[in-house]
Amino acid sequence: MAIGKSEVRHIARLANLDFSDEEYDRFTHQLNAILEYVAQLDRLDTSAIEATSHAGSETGPLREDAAGGSISQEEALRNAPEPGRGHFKVPRVIG
Amino acid sequence: MKSLERGTVAETRALVASGGASAVEICRAYLDRVRAVDPRVQAFRTVLEAEALAAAGRVDRDRQAGRPLGPLAGVPLAIKDVLCTRGANTTCGSRILEGFVPSYDATCVARLRQAGAVLLGKTNMDEFAMGSSTENSAYEKTRNPWDPNRVPGGSSGGSAAAVAADEAAAALGTDTGGSIRQPAALCGVPGMKPTYGRVSRYGLVAFASSLDQVGPFGRTVEDVARVLQVIAGHDPKDATSASLPVPDYAAALPRGASGLRVGVPREYFPRGMDREVDGAVRAALRAAERLGARVGEISLPHTEYAIPTYYIVATAEASSNLARYDGVRYGLRAAGSEDLASLYVRTRRAGFGAEVKRRIMLGTYVLSAGYYDAYYLKAQKVRTLIRRDFEKAFEQVDAIVTPTTPTAAFRFGEKVDDPLSMYLSDIFTVTINLAGLPAISIPCGLTKDRLPIGLQIVGRRFDEETIFRLAAALEAELKFRDNRPAVAGDR
Repeated sequence: MAIGKSEVRHIARLANLDFSDEEYDRFTHQLNAILEYVAQLDRLDTSAIEATSHAGSETGPLREDAAGGSISQEEALRNAPEPGRGHFKVPRVIG
Repeated sequence: MKSLERGTVAETRALVASGGASAVEICRAYLDRVRAVDPRVQAFRTVLEAEALAAAGRVDRDRQAGRPLGPLAGVPLAIKDVLCTRGANTTCGSRILEGFVPSYDATCVARLRQAGAVLLGKTNMDEFAMGSSTENSAYEKTRNPWDPNRVPGGSSGGSAAAVAADEAAAALGTDTGGSIRQPAALCGVPGMKPTYGRVSRYGLVAFASSLDQVGPFGRTVEDVARVLQVIAGHDPKDATSASLPVPDYAAALPRGASGLRVGVPREYFPRGMDREVDGAVRAALRAAERLGARVGEISLPHTEYAIPTYYIVATAEASSNLARYDGVRYGLRAAGSEDLASLYVRTRRAGFGAEVKRRIMLGTYVLSAGYYDAYYLKAQKVRTLIRRDFEKAFEQVDAIVTPTTPTAAFRFGEKVDDPLSMYLSDIFTVTINLAGLPAISIPCGLTKDRLPIGLQIVGRRFDEETIFRLAAALEAELKFRDNRPAVAGDR
């Protein structure tokens, strides 16, 4: 097994996710199956190969640094689950 | 004359332009068709009846006033629910975006509107485009128009099914590892993933940014070309969109297959392959030879590494892209959280489905400290090898032909609990996204159970024209459109 349940719990914390105990068991099993499968990449020697990080052109295009249109504050808040006084309201951040 | 909702894109636009039928009449014919068959197909997440009729009315007024009509004037289209539509719910098939209403249009959607298209509604999909059967939608179960007990493919299953069932003249989907081509194959319609950078991704809700691309489904290859013509081209709002000129795709269609060098990669016809798929694709290759193409075997030696490479690259990018869903600015927010950290966790736990969580977990793992080199960097290097396979092949051939999928449409529930077996249904399509190439799937035959079989044509970067040439010639030779899906019933 590549990863155990405690490591899966750690990954879940990094990803801001949480599961039931039963789900942790299932994910541990499934992630191990997938990791075992992707381990076949180790058969290839890639020490002299460059990484492809993008399928597009290699150089980023440049443009004038000119301001364009934008949306209003009201519009930006229209989808907020809890807007308040022109802000996105959230629960307590510091305990 | 055939009914209004059966015309091709060009026929429909010509009908509107000549006054043979009004855009509103055509729109109503499609809305009637949606009402009649969508309860069985469930291709649509949202039908935008009032908005569609209003857009059709504007086209009719333009015509009466003698104003110039756009290239898609009065043509009713469906849009995958992962593309932002101003003022219309965009859910990405996820509970976490239930009720989300974008304040802007995706560039491809804006271009369709500007071309006079009538947007009928938003189509169902696997949650955040993660899946190959549309079973991962948090909402409806979309059915294959050829057999209601089978999946339409995915993730753009709703768009493929809508076009196959004549509920839209054409549709937009998105393709990260096969999400246009695989459902196109399973539903028996043409569908194209253009070259990475050909179509703007602005307003496409991101899954894996280095792989995602928007593309059309149509009932004919020409329809695909006519929709691509409108959505293709540079967009300053997407830094990865190419600033190359867009050729006249319709002009490429009648050029025929004569003289084209077609490569058939032996790795895409493995031992033990489905015999009906193998037979239909080989028959199409013989048809290509009759049309004057020179067909020969080639090799893409790193093909077997494509699926593991894809699932590392795609999940890594997804885990980063999906970090934005936190219950603060839009979408679902879990009630009763005491602090911000628990708000994030509770919202994401309630809002994401199992496959999305699985991919976020895998992506987080392969990017996490100590594993980055072993997984993500390794996969990016293998991606280079896969890309080079194609570059080398295209020194000898003009197009590559493969099956689109290993099998025809599978049954509901057959693969949903076995992620690896579901991932393998993309085995012939993911390589193309990793290499950033354009490819189309066209139907090339039926199984004995009357399920469509898809053939994939791959081209060089930004050479969609050669793909259209070969696809249009094969389409005319194979005459697949004489077949009608089971849901048609009435005809």
